[in-house]
Amino acid sequence: MKLGPLTDTTRFVLFAVIILAMPLWLEPLGGNYPDLLQRFAIYGIFAIGFNILFGLTGYLSFGHAAFLGVGSYAAVWSFKLLTMNALPAIVFGVFFAGILAAAIGFLSLRRTGIYFSILTLAFAQMSYNLAYSVLTPITNGETGLQLSQQDPRIIDSVFIEAGSGLPSTNLFGLKMSGYPGFYFCAVLLIICFYISMRIFRSPFGLMLRGIKSNQNRMRYTGLNTRPYMLTAFVISGMYAGLAGSLLAITDPLAGAERMQWTASGEVVLMTILGGVGTLAGPMLGAGLIKYFENIFSAFNNNVLMEIFSFLPNAVAEIIVPIVGLFVGSGWHLTLGILFMVIVIYLPGGIVEGLSRLAKFAAGERKSSKIAGGNTSPQDQPGE
Amino acid sequence: MSDLVLHLDNIQKSFGGLSALSDVNLHVEEGTTHAIIGPNGAGKSTLLNVCIGRLKPDSGHVTFKGQELTGREPHEIAQMGVARVFQTPEIFPEMTLLENVMLPAFSKRDGAFKLNAYSGLAQQGDIRDEAEHILEDVGLADQMLQEAGSLSRGDKRRLELGMCLILRPRLLLLDEPTAGMSRHDTNRTIDLLKKIKSRGMTKVIIEHDMHVVFSLADKVSVLARGEIIAGGKPEDVRENPKVKEAYLGGAH
Ligand SMILES: Nc1ncnc2c1ncn2[C@@H]1O[C@H](COP(=O)(O)OP(=O)(O)OP(=O)(O)O)[C@@H](O)[C@H]1O
Ligand SMILES: [Mg+2]
Repeated sequence: MKLGPLTDTTRFVLFAVIILAMPLWLEPLGGNYPDLLQRFAIYGIFAIGFNILFGLTGYLSFGHAAFLGVGSYAAVWSFKLLTMNALPAIVFGVFFAGILAAAIGFLSLRRTGIYFSILTLAFAQMSYNLAYSVLTPITNGETGLQLSQQDPRIIDSVFIEAGSGLPSTNLFGLKMSGYPGFYFCAVLLIICFYISMRIFRSPFGLMLRGIKSNQNRMRYTGLNTRPYMLTAFVISGMYAGLAGSLLAITDPLAGAERMQWTASGEVVLMTILGGVGTLAGPMLGAGLIKYFENIFSAFNNNVLMEIFSFLPNAVAEIIVPIVGLFVGSGWHLTLGILFMVIVIYLPGGIVEGLSRLAKFAAGERKSSKIAGGNTSPQDQPGE
Repeated sequence: MSDLVLHLDNIQKSFGGLSALSDVNLHVEEGTTHAIIGPNGAGKSTLLNVCIGRLKPDSGHVTFKGQELTGREPHEIAQMGVARVFQTPEIFPEMTLLENVMLPAFSKRDGAFKLNAYSGLAQQGDIRDEAEHILEDVGLADQMLQEAGSLSRGDKRRLELGMCLILRPRLLLLDEPTAGMSRHDTNRTIDLLKKIKSRGMTKVIIEHDMHVVFSLADKVSVLARGEIIAGGKPEDVRENPKVKEAYLGGAH
């Protein structure tokens, strides 16, 4: 196996292949069902977008769930008013999330550090509470926004006979549930990854990293940091809006809880777990957390007994209850421990762990020959 | 006869009760190197802070080539062609030396917001070449792909000088550029600064090392307790009794 810095093309192809082949390699891990696969892809988009802000500029937003929520609401409204086609839903989701991000970003970016985080959190909680109260006509409050038989669906009503039951979301006739839904999300994820890679590798991305590293230095060399920061904030808000609209496309309903601070916190965890400021890290983190949440949480003592059945019964009976603490409803405990271990020992997240492993493996073979010449500065961020 | 590049007019700045600058007037002429010397805490760095927009003076004006600088944002002042090497090096410690020098070039080119997210870094060959060239000038070319944070203090300073040079400033402000450098590196820096001078760049340099001052300066101003107490040709200033007293008295 060839180790060492990958070129961007290999990186991209590798990413695309791994994502598209998810149904195959997740099968033995028990993760191959469409709902979960869709979720991997969607939260991957969310985290990759979050990382464009947090990873490049170092500004930690605690309010990105607001954009996720707005994306969902916009998508459901597009289903209700216009058409069940997924494309307009995405366009509206991204657009409205972008508008909200521009407003929240404009105000929050007046502060840095913890004050910035608190401001974004406050705005997101405000959006959440508004969705429950004043904005009920738009959000349908606690029940959540759902499709109904009476929806106008102006565009669809021209072309398609209204059937009995509720129509389903589609992409020009192709139903957006099950595997087609996953592949739709996966293709968007791959496009999002590509865009994020381009941003990381551009002067724009380098300048954002400059702001993270030494904002003063950037100013005193002539950079007006505000429009750049706002752009990064809006782009990452639009990624969240896309993720939100995809949540609605794969399951057409939107509720305010999607905007709650726990959802904002989750994307922070995903990014840190996978590796802040790396290209693949956020996807890894998102996948891991969603895997834990859906698969690990379903393990119970019977499943464990089966897994440990190779051990003598007496040993298994001791081990299973102990391990049982960490799976099933105890999955949060495992995740918490994992998170602590990573933050303390691997501040660069899983990606740092992997690259240390790779370096270690490579170092075994050619520790004497340090090839400094073939790492170009473009190879710096990313795994 | 020559044009004024920098003009400080009655600058006043105090921090609480402490008057850091009082009635400071300074004229820096095109193409000259103007040294500012003075004991610790005299207000030298504060003076530069006022010039680059880091601090707003309580009263008075700073003009650069006839344009008002007071009240402008730091990035605007930088865009006008004023660059500064700070007393404690301001660099990008997590990045490579090459990136450190390339970044200011991007700031200069796109500082007023230009979204060229789609042109990859790989296509920025000209800026890269220039950055490599400048790293050679400041003597750091062989460490180009190293992380800047790992450099010695003196090397960080030279790196920062390189970061300013790529901006091709019309006025370069240097706050103790040779502090923390070995004799050898100090002499190299002097040579480099002389070379820049021959290209016609105007400089204001704060320096404790008299060897550096006398090698480079066309004019010297002496700052003590926020006031300019003497100024003129280096030879004259050296003989000035007031200056000797400020240096000896200021130490207490
Ligand atoms: N931001 C600030 N807030 C409060 N006081 C300050 C500030 N900056 C400088 N001072 C004070 O103003 C005075 C002048 O400081 P300044 O840094 O300009 O001195 P200096 O001549 O550069 O000294 P040195 O040779 O030690 O660098 C000092 O007494 C300092 O404590
Ligand atoms: Mg100073």
